[in-house]
Amino acid sequence: MIDSLAQQTLLDPAGLGDSELSTLLGTTFGRGIDGGDCYFQFSSQERWSLEDGIVKSASFNIERGVGIRVVRGEQTGFAYSDDIAMPAMLEAAKTARSIADAGQSGRIAVASRAPSRPVLYAPDNPLDSLDEQAKIDLLKEVDAVARGADPRVTQVMCSLAGVHEVVLILNARGELTTDVRPLVRLNVQVIVEQGGRRESGTSGGGGRSGYRYFLEADRAAGYAREAVRQALVNLEAREAPAGTMKVVLGPGWPGVLLHEAIGHGLEGDFNRKGTSAFSGRIGEQVAAKGITIVDDGTLEGRRGSLNVDDEGNPTQQTVLIEDGVLRGYMQDEMNARLMGVHSTGNGRRESYARLPMPRMTNTYMLGGDADPEEILASVDDGLYAVNFGGGQVDITSGKFVFSASEAYRVEKGKVTYPVKGATLIGNGPDVLTRVSMIGNDMKLDTGVGTCGKEGQGVPVGVGQPTLRIDGMTVGGTQAA
Amino acid sequence: MSTSPERAIPEPVSQEDGVQALSHSPDSLQARVQRTLEAAQARGASDVQAVVSHSVGLELGVRKGEIETLEHERDQSLSLIVYFGQSKGAASTTDFSDQALIDTVEAACRIARYTEPDPYAGMPDPAFKAAEWEDLDLDHPWGCSAVEASELARTIEAAGIATDARIENSEGASVSTRRAIAFLGDSQGFMGGYRSTRHSLSCALVARDDAGMQRDYAYTVARHAEDFTAAEQIGHEAAERTVRRLGGRKLSTRSCPVLFAPEMARTLIGSFTRAISGPAQYRESSFLLSAVGEAVFPEWMQIEERPLTPRALGSAPFDGEGVRTRNRPLIAGGVLQSYTLDSYAARRLGLETTGNAGGARNVTVAPGDKDFAALLGEMGTGFLVTELIGQGVNQVTGDYSRGAAGFWVENGELQYPVEEITIAGNLKDMFQRMVAVGTDVDRRGNIHTGSILIESMTVAGD
Repeated sequence: MIDSLAQQTLLDPAGLGDSELSTLLGTTFGRGIDGGDCYFQFSSQERWSLEDGIVKSASFNIERGVGIRVVRGEQTGFAYSDDIAMPAMLEAAKTARSIADAGQSGRIAVASRAPSRPVLYAPDNPLDSLDEQAKIDLLKEVDAVARGADPRVTQVMCSLAGVHEVVLILNARGELTTDVRPLVRLNVQVIVEQGGRRESGTSGGGGRSGYRYFLEADRAAGYAREAVRQALVNLEAREAPAGTMKVVLGPGWPGVLLHEAIGHGLEGDFNRKGTSAFSGRIGEQVAAKGITIVDDGTLEGRRGSLNVDDEGNPTQQTVLIEDGVLRGYMQDEMNARLMGVHSTGNGRRESYARLPMPRMTNTYMLGGDADPEEILASVDDGLYAVNFGGGQVDITSGKFVFSASEAYRVEKGKVTYPVKGATLIGNGPDVLTRVSMIGNDMKLDTGVGTCGKEGQGVPVGVGQPTLRIDGMTVGGTQAA
Repeated sequence: MSTSPERAIPEPVSQEDGVQALSHSPDSLQARVQRTLEAAQARGASDVQAVVSHSVGLELGVRKGEIETLEHERDQSLSLIVYFGQSKGAASTTDFSDQALIDTVEAACRIARYTEPDPYAGMPDPAFKAAEWEDLDLDHPWGCSAVEASELARTIEAAGIATDARIENSEGASVSTRRAIAFLGDSQGFMGGYRSTRHSLSCALVARDDAGMQRDYAYTVARHAEDFTAAEQIGHEAAERTVRRLGGRKLSTRSCPVLFAPEMARTLIGSFTRAISGPAQYRESSFLLSAVGEAVFPEWMQIEERPLTPRALGSAPFDGEGVRTRNRPLIAGGVLQSYTLDSYAARRLGLETTGNAGGARNVTVAPGDKDFAALLGEMGTGFLVTELIGQGVNQVTGDYSRGAAGFWVENGELQYPVEEITIAGNLKDMFQRMVAVGTDVDRRGNIHTGSILIESMTVAGD
């Protein structure tokens, strides 16, 4: 059964039935072709922004199109059309398959793939989950909470964004898969001022749900208070230390460490090509014993979760590192085929106009048994970093960075004073061998991550427990 | 939504006759802008601005001598901003059907019914609009076929691999060509548009030694393919940049002079342009807040915005609101002359628009009198940065801390490659402590600068 919403949104307007899809498949694929797909997508998204206490602007965007990808061996031909209609699609198909010199095969039968498990998110359109006035009221409440939290708050900027996406994937084998994906996000940034010094704090969250998520559990107001708290901490921050020292990372979003240090290096494309610092290292000890890291696209409602990836394969929990040993890579279909393994449901793309590749979903480290207090108490001289901006990695050399936005000096087992944001740098294949304590407080982030690779952004999640790393380079200005 | 019989069927991009044909004519795009304006006004909008854009492109990648990807691109979009008095709404779509045009206009109008009046909202003063403009020489279709592109990419990659035996792997060479057309119109009678092209060649290689692998790349990008660096040269450059990184070491933590190679110096100037942008100023989130008239650089520093430079990558005859752009100083004698403002930011700050809706264009740092080698000599002993990773720049405070790779320099000579360190400081202080700008200007982007030498920064390592 084709999902009726996908059918109505993507196929019916162009009068596409089984017969037309069979013809499209036959024209696109056939003998000599190893894979590929026709990826139909409709997305509508909106963003409401508040500044100076008023919701002064908002935008609404609709995209609709089909991307046609033909894979033969290590080669990919690709074309797309903003016009979902037979003539445009057949033209794109012809262009995409110009990569292959094989003959066409007439028609390929279409067969719907049944969902393999209950859905991870409701197919409702998040843009309709609150009326316009309620969206505005939500932003105003965030503004009021932030301003009310402290008189030093001078600016509050917040935004509420939602995406409703419907995809229909018809692969070279004639298998048809659909998914309806909601995504919402609330962001707050505040500026505080004291004695001429100005600092900022940001917070936010979201997931694959409707806007009501923010009304529950005091989330929206919580983000506002959190942004103010961070900004006020930064008002007191002193110069950050420079040099190599013990670092304690807080739980949750600091898991961006795993995303950069380990995650990207374990994506199938880099490993198939042998350009990753982790290439050919399956079975080797790349992290301290006790460390287990997974990529899991099956967590209900999480920002990085998907029922199926963008090649129509169900997402799964993939063990990347088990008890410190490198176990597996994240794969899309092409790289899996070329490496003689199966897809792990990690084939993702930003839109129909871009090619899929192996990407992370929710990447996190399982909890250990140390009490977080005990971890801090064990550090004689070091840095405790609890919030981060983004990070980046050089896959080939393995060098990665992630930038702290809230950090503290730890002296004689005590958190002593806040320090300015600083970049932490390390080497992916060995940083986790220096983890000496793993907290029992595993936490996922609040749903704010967007991962960029080859210019394509996709929503992801990260998580980890409190960790002690014995020796990371901290990029402050204060030489020890 | 139903498909309209008028919906254009995309024509294949003609490659054979050497022309990058666009599939929407200027007349049809202008007509679409006009219909959008009329539809919004018919729904009561007091003012409206619409942009219709379209592009075609080809991107071909070769890896290890074989075609790896062949991507045909064809994009189109319609976006509009409507004003109902001081309330504003915006919407956009990639769907060019008549129904989508109406739906998009209605979405923008619906939003404007809910957004709150903003006393500063509105269109630019018509007096600032571009009335006529010269041809900036931005449209040079290449007409490179997929076959020609594959030969070119093979040439680049082969030249790179042949450069050094330590190049043991490749991420491939790629050829990209794109032609775009866009029209902007508004309810005050402005209508303007132009075609532009952008072509590039690039190559990324991997080298190995006992210590591990290193990757680096080289590229050339231009409006006209005749302005390219030679294909073989791109390959050689990628190989040389990759191989010279082998055997990188950390440095011990220290303070020392830092020389930013041109492509890295560009990021410092990028932080400067963000800091003087309208939103950074009116949101009070800039480390150069209210700094016009202040000496933010040493006295010798001159920085201009040159949007009217023919063929340059950042050039535009008018900005995103139809306001005429002009070449003008941003920094003169080290002193900040102006912010970069669109009409909204200008009203917020009680100033006039500077034609910067869409950002600053061709920000150009005046070179000094020393070439790269002379700058290395002037530094004597210090760190040459050739790569920066991570964000690590706080635009509110100017605090700066980024991952870096490059070379340790003594007596003006490169000693050994350096990696896995950070460099840190505060941008306000780093700007004041700039010692010189080189003559080795990199024009492959929207910021044109030579190498920049900074007197001292903190390096964190072992």
